[in-house]
Amino acid sequence: MLPQATLRKILYGSKGFRIRVPIASCTLAAGAEEVYRRVRRAVEELKLDAEVYTVGCTGLCFMDPWIEIAKEGQPPALYGNVKPDQVPQILKRYLEGDLSGATAVRFKTDSRDPPSLDELDYWRLQTRYVSRNCGLINPESIEDYVETGGYSGLKRALSMSREKVIEEVKASGLRGRGGAGFPTWFKWKVAYEQKSDVKYVICNGDEGDPGAFMNRLLAESDPHRVLEGLIIAGYAIGATKGFIFVRAEKPLMADRLEKAVNDARRAGFLGKNILDSGFDFDVEVYRSAGAFVCGEETALIAAIEGRSRPRQRPPYPATSGLWGKPTVINNVETLAHVATIFQSGVAEFTKYGTEKSKGTKMFCVTGAVKRTGVYEVPVGTKIKTLVFDIAGGPPEGRKVKAVQIGGPSGGCIPAELMDLEMDYESLQSYGAIMGSGGLVVIDDGNCMVDVAKFFTGFTLAESCGKCLPCRVGMKQLSNILEKITSGTGTIDDIELAQELGESIAKSSLCALGGTAPNPILSTLRYFKHEYVEHVVNRRCPAKVCAKLVKYVIDPALCRGCIQCAKTCPTGAISGSPGEVHRVREELCAKCGQCLIACPFGAIRKV
Amino acid sequence: MDPRGFVESVVSRIGTDRSKLINILQEVQRTFRYLPRESLEEVSRRLGVSLAEVLNVATFYHQFRLEPVGKYVAYVCFGTACYLRGSSEVYEAMRRAVGLNDGKTTTEDGSLTIEKARCFGCCSLAPVVMVVSSDGSERYVHGKLTPIESRRLILSYKSRAASTAGFGSIAAAGYSEKDTVR
Repeated sequence: MLPQATLRKILYGSKGFRIRVPIASCTLAAGAEEVYRRVRRAVEELKLDAEVYTVGCTGLCFMDPWIEIAKEGQPPALYGNVKPDQVPQILKRYLEGDLSGATAVRFKTDSRDPPSLDELDYWRLQTRYVSRNCGLINPESIEDYVETGGYSGLKRALSMSREKVIEEVKASGLRGRGGAGFPTWFKWKVAYEQKSDVKYVICNGDEGDPGAFMNRLLAESDPHRVLEGLIIAGYAIGATKGFIFVRAEKPLMADRLEKAVNDARRAGFLGKNILDSGFDFDVEVYRSAGAFVCGEETALIAAIEGRSRPRQRPPYPATSGLWGKPTVINNVETLAHVATIFQSGVAEFTKYGTEKSKGTKMFCVTGAVKRTGVYEVPVGTKIKTLVFDIAGGPPEGRKVKAVQIGGPSGGCIPAELMDLEMDYESLQSYGAIMGSGGLVVIDDGNCMVDVAKFFTGFTLAESCGKCLPCRVGMKQLSNILEKITSGTGTIDDIELAQELGESIAKSSLCALGGTAPNPILSTLRYFKHEYVEHVVNRRCPAKVCAKLVKYVIDPALCRGCIQCAKTCPTGAISGSPGEVHRVREELCAKCGQCLIACPFGAIRKV
Repeated sequence: MDPRGFVESVVSRIGTDRSKLINILQEVQRTFRYLPRESLEEVSRRLGVSLAEVLNVATFYHQFRLEPVGKYVAYVCFGTACYLRGSSEVYEAMRRAVGLNDGKTTTEDGSLTIEKARCFGCCSLAPVVMVVSSDGSERYVHGKLTPIESRRLILSYKSRAASTAGFGSIAAAGYSEKDTVR
């Protein structure tokens, strides 16, 4: 969505030869640092006049670590899953004009080139609105951000009255991208109307849902966009100070945001009298000590105040928040949207989305798919498009059973409903939530009762313990699921779980407890037969629940190689070399190591 | 170093405001790698906050620990993607390999701690184990593990912990965030 000339300039750089290497938490985990070193060394050895350029991440996790080579006269080419040793060879071949090893090119110059990104479903079907710079610019360079139109949104906002800024956000129809989808303008308006000498804005970067990391990716790859949105929010409500709330466990995200704050201050986008508008505003990056419940507004405020635990609402933070002052809390992605809306106008944003929910949303697609990644699509995109067309569907031989959306507060949507268009209301009516946009694909090798147990265990551990329904109720739910998965449950337990889940949702103090039963309620809604199978036939259909499966050795396939017996940690496998082995069930810990160790596939779970 | 004296030095630098409680505890942990009891008592005294309240905060947030940890801490990711791809088996295999049982998380010899962790956000590598040296100088990420590989992996860290007196002297056998590229 960048103008062609700007895009080319950033792709090739001032030297006309740029090699981009993504440095973000995810690519580093996949080995990008070693690749980076090898690229630098290769550039020296081959005496190339090239810039080795650090960028953020594109969100195409499945090809991590990747590099992109762009030399004037040739199309920029992306190489996925690069091993350090391959780097010199890749470079040499690219320079010889041989692009055959590339995963994709940015644009084609010859029909024999590898496919261009726009021909590939995982790119073509995306609408990279808020993530446009991710993987393209150097996240630590304010110049790069400004080059792409950065801070022009702030300039425009500061030239408008506060009411007008809020009006514009209202006209865009932007809703919070962190959870419930509350209209952003409304929070702003309430806080704006409060009479108070001190007001605060907070960027909620406390991303805690397992399987959701779009905020980290965005803040690590394009931190100024988040900051610009926060400054605009601060201006709109008349705040003097902003906080960016980040987990200490995500050091790179915090470091990049901190650098962005310092650079923005030097450039005059923060501090006293910003851009001669008379608006004074500064931002502090707050490194939190980490607790899932801090995603909840009042718990987040408590953390900055040096306390813990959420409190009853109302009063809402917009009227009485941090240290009792009016406070607006927006999520990372929401603020990045704000900046982009002010840069490129409301019309560009409202082009996408549905009647009730405008714009685009970043989704993390993980689990049983071929192409794990972070993808940005218009709100209202079908689940099917995201899971099958973009993320490539399940690995060979697997079948999608359900999609878990919204993390521990969300629910499971069964495979039959893949045509569902994802927006806040539709997901809610089917028992899930948009949440932060984490989408975990569950295949036929997973047990839905076990999935529910997993999430119940998660929220139980994260419950702050302040209110009874969540503290005790979740413990009871967890006990019931334990009973069911170990084969001692009854039909009554299923009904009890349903009833209990519904009352926890109704009576909890904060949104954590209010949504904690969702995973169990939604699996009961769509996969009750699996629960029933566990309690009536004492069987786990997916063969996951350890207490309900047995390991057996097929005598026809066993060659007596003793690999299984050697691997077994509890000595449960007996048999002499050359003879058929046997698993003694009373000793078996059901760890499954024998199954992996057997070279003949003779061990089965039944 | 004396924990009480350390708290004193932190407090004299950043103040005794109630809102600094978490920051102070973070500094103590950075130095001692856990929160010694004396430090908590001193924080309580200096900030004029009850010890119960200090403990409340110290036990509420995941970052803080009240017990010393092993030389290397292995965090097994229990995010959804990792869980569905077998992180429980990886976790159990590692614990068995180093003889951890009965809810213990640190080995007798103090070389290793194995803990469950929340999502690291590198779900494409599921199941993931992150190993961090307790002084924070080394950090390694290992992905797509099977129980057998994870067993081998944890034993290699055990011998590595035994072979070095301090940290930073070992050649990194994987990615180390120590010298993150800028």
